[in-house]
Amino acid sequence: MNDSILTWITLLPAAGAVVVALLPRRGQVIQWFTLLVMLATLGLALHLPAHFVPGQGGFQFEVNRAWIASPNIHYHLGVDGISVWLVVLTAFLGPLAVFASWKAIATRTKEFYFLLLLQWTAMIGVFVSLDLFLYYGFWELSLVPMAIAIAMFGRDRGPQAALKFFVYTFLPSALFLVAILWLYAKTGSFDFVVLQQALASGNLGATPQALTWVALAFLVAFAVKVPVFPLHGWLGDVISEAPTGMAMVVAGKLGLYSILRFNLGLFPAQAKQFAPWMIALAVIGLLYGALVALVQKDLKRLAAYSTMSGLSFCTLGIFSFAIAGIDGSIYQILSHEISGSALLVLLGILYERFGTYDIASYGGLAAKMPRYATLFVVTSLSLIGWPILNGFVGEFLVLSSSYGVHAGWGAAATIGVILSAAYMLWMVQRVFYGPTSSLVAGKGSPDLLFREAIALWPVAVLMFIMGVASPAWIRLIDPTVTALVGTIERAPSPSSFPRTVAAQTIPGGEKR
Amino acid sequence: MNQTESFLRILPEVILTVTGVVVMMIEAVLPRASSRKPLGWMAILGVLAALYASLRQALLVPGTAYSGLIQTDAFSVFFHVLICGIVLVTLLVALDSLQGAVDNQGEFFALVAFGAVGMLLMTTASELLLVFIGLEISSISTYIMAGLRKRAAKGPEAAIKYFLLGSFATAFFLYGVALIFGATGTTNIASLASLLPQSQTPVFALVGLAMILIGIGFKVSAAPFQVWTPDVYEGAPPATVGLMSTAPKAAAFAFLLRILYGAFPAYHVHWVPLIWIMAALSMTVGNLGALRQQNVKRMLAYSSIAHAGYLLVAFAALSADGVAAASFYAASYAAMNVGVFAVISHVGGREEKIVTVGDYRGLAYRSPLLGGMLAFFLISLIGIPFTGGFFGKFYVFSAALHSGLVWLAILGLFNSGIAAFYYLRLLTSAYSKPSETQPMESIARVTPALLVALLLTVVATLILGIVPNQVLGSAKAGAITFYPDASNANAIAVKH
Repeated sequence: MNDSILTWITLLPAAGAVVVALLPRRGQVIQWFTLLVMLATLGLALHLPAHFVPGQGGFQFEVNRAWIASPNIHYHLGVDGISVWLVVLTAFLGPLAVFASWKAIATRTKEFYFLLLLQWTAMIGVFVSLDLFLYYGFWELSLVPMAIAIAMFGRDRGPQAALKFFVYTFLPSALFLVAILWLYAKTGSFDFVVLQQALASGNLGATPQALTWVALAFLVAFAVKVPVFPLHGWLGDVISEAPTGMAMVVAGKLGLYSILRFNLGLFPAQAKQFAPWMIALAVIGLLYGALVALVQKDLKRLAAYSTMSGLSFCTLGIFSFAIAGIDGSIYQILSHEISGSALLVLLGILYERFGTYDIASYGGLAAKMPRYATLFVVTSLSLIGWPILNGFVGEFLVLSSSYGVHAGWGAAATIGVILSAAYMLWMVQRVFYGPTSSLVAGKGSPDLLFREAIALWPVAVLMFIMGVASPAWIRLIDPTVTALVGTIERAPSPSSFPRTVAAQTIPGGEKR
Repeated sequence: MNQTESFLRILPEVILTVTGVVVMMIEAVLPRASSRKPLGWMAILGVLAALYASLRQALLVPGTAYSGLIQTDAFSVFFHVLICGIVLVTLLVALDSLQGAVDNQGEFFALVAFGAVGMLLMTTASELLLVFIGLEISSISTYIMAGLRKRAAKGPEAAIKYFLLGSFATAFFLYGVALIFGATGTTNIASLASLLPQSQTPVFALVGLAMILIGIGFKVSAAPFQVWTPDVYEGAPPATVGLMSTAPKAAAFAFLLRILYGAFPAYHVHWVPLIWIMAALSMTVGNLGALRQQNVKRMLAYSSIAHAGYLLVAFAALSADGVAAASFYAASYAAMNVGVFAVISHVGGREEKIVTVGDYRGLAYRSPLLGGMLAFFLISLIGIPFTGGFFGKFYVFSAALHSGLVWLAILGLFNSGIAAFYYLRLLTSAYSKPSETQPMESIARVTPALLVALLLTVVATLILGIVPNQVLGSAKAGAITFYPDASNANAIAVKH
């Protein structure tokens, strides 16, 4: 079981997609079937943390078979402490995505669920691939169903948003491919473990400058997907146009995971070089996202910019190179994806009832939909990092370690926390409290339905559990991160790079 | 050399010639009103037989026949199979789509068979004059195919343009051959390599090669000889554009590989820069041109210019890997491009009412099958992994990187980024909700023959994308023709 479990988890959704393509368009057969596949995938994914041995080092549940002889490509899967929860998270979001689409996607359900399932295979594939080539395959594949779904099921400007999304992410990916090929030309391997050893040994016969360029190509491709400021141009359009089920997973985890795995894992020395820039960009993105969210009139756009702000915390934590900071980042990815998805699902419910995302049209909703309001407030509190909820743990770990790196950036990031409280709570106040708006008063809309409660209450409970029982998660993450931070510390620091050394040894002071 | 073996070496060409002649003769005696479909099936049978005969050649020892006029080896077999495959799919698509759309459908089937003979000759000839004859045979049939729709305003214009410019190109080609003959006293590709160093006037041979490059550059629509392409593709019936954009080009590229690597390897210093420039220009001009097009066929015409550029990148790599990559690319481009034109010819219908990117809006809603196929081929053309288009580019660019052509590879990949934009424009259009104001043109039902053609191309594209080993292996076996000592795949050596 252990050597085929990852294959099952990865390919089950794709197999489901093929079946969906063959199912008749009748009744809700397709919805139920997709839900079943997603639940089965989740069931299989839960096997991973249950049997994962923390602190064992290396990858677990590995499978490594030759696939294509030339170039030397292997079907190599495996998870470590960084990816294990991300696989579970993706599987967990699957049923939620089906639920979010249950009523929202009324026509062309076959196409939608086909794309949805394919998207899930691509995302899980990204997390488990240990062959760079295979990884690239899943990475690129993750763009396609997303783009088509946005074009087909988006709001009015869907096609434009899809195009923007694809071009934004595809262009840097092309450079990323050059970088992968360059590595292959140097080493004759795409295997992550082999490459890691080759790069660490420093026997590549490559100049530090070349390595810096290669690492930069990796970083840019991933940063777009996060998105890191200023590469976020696609995010607002895509999240506000995309159908909820897809919008949930468009940002964040793929890019952040890849930065952790490849930029820190393969290029620790170069990551150190980039760190000051990345920290600065993260803090700028954090504040920028929060400020832009503050002035949004559209609920979905607000959610988009809050995503950008929230994910910038993760970037900040990653580049602090502290164990607690990276632990916190990974935890923040998990909790932000959960809470952010819950928020989008809740907004989707609101849209189903009232047909608008315009904040000004709402008001006084709490009196009319108290149970809905409760969940909404819990989710909002989780997103702003309220203690005992999941958002707090990651934010706290990240902020405390960023003070250790540079107190100034840490202080600036803390302002972001205050701003996020401001825009979320102000939004809650405008939508749920105050005088009842004519839109809310005019419609006899029901409170949370049983179906919706079934889907969302477990998520809310999970937010609480993750808020108080974080060690259960960190336990698996921490050993891997500790090892990773160890390699980063051992890597040559930027000042020992020949070029920098040369710059330093040039007697600039003497000239003055 | 025994007679049977010599005959086997030209059997595919003979089969197709006989097929073409028979089809044409029956066409002449058939009553005007009767269906031409049986003729199409006859042509298909002929192509299948030729395909079998080509595969049979793989069992022969590589060698020449008929006084060294032709040479069959793994390389020629690879391109034979490829060209026969393209022709087969084209015939399947044309069976229904050309019915009523052109006059003399029967002639079309004969022309396809004759054209294929020319293309096959080009890949197998080891004599420049025979290449010229093959080139003319294939060109003349494509000129006629481009103008088959006499009633459509753009048909004759396309054919005339194609014919005039094409004649210039073949003239260049022939002058080039003459110059090479003048410099070395031979037109045999194999002997050229040994005779060139002894030549008193190698510069004439090089000028001759440059002229051949111009002629072939025109045929494969590489920049700066690409100007005819958009107009001709727009005017020609879509079913034939799929053929025109792949099979004659594959043949021309095969010949180009043979002459550059087989006869002029010692002079690579002189021709590599030319190839470099042609590759860079073609990629850039093609992609930038395609960005501005609204007409889908014109857009794909520009994109085919760009693809010729990608393929030329492999030529510049000067390695066995480069030859194999070029062959593989020709195969993967053929699979997806013939497929995309099959969809477009069917969607456009006889009168070609659906032509612009905007017209494709909502296609996926009206016909999920055609929409899905179109999406699949476009994704492959973009170069998304797990499709043939991806591995095609992958092998080309890794061969280039292996040989130190970093900038050309980066330029190429940057170009594929631009390309993604216009392919996606079509894709998103097909997947956008149909607008209510725009009346929907009806799309004819997908016929069984078309379905078979589409499935063949889809399966080929998937095989090239998921298990490329087999095809790459054949391409590498072909490359060994030029690098006999390169049985080790990664050897980078230029013959001197």
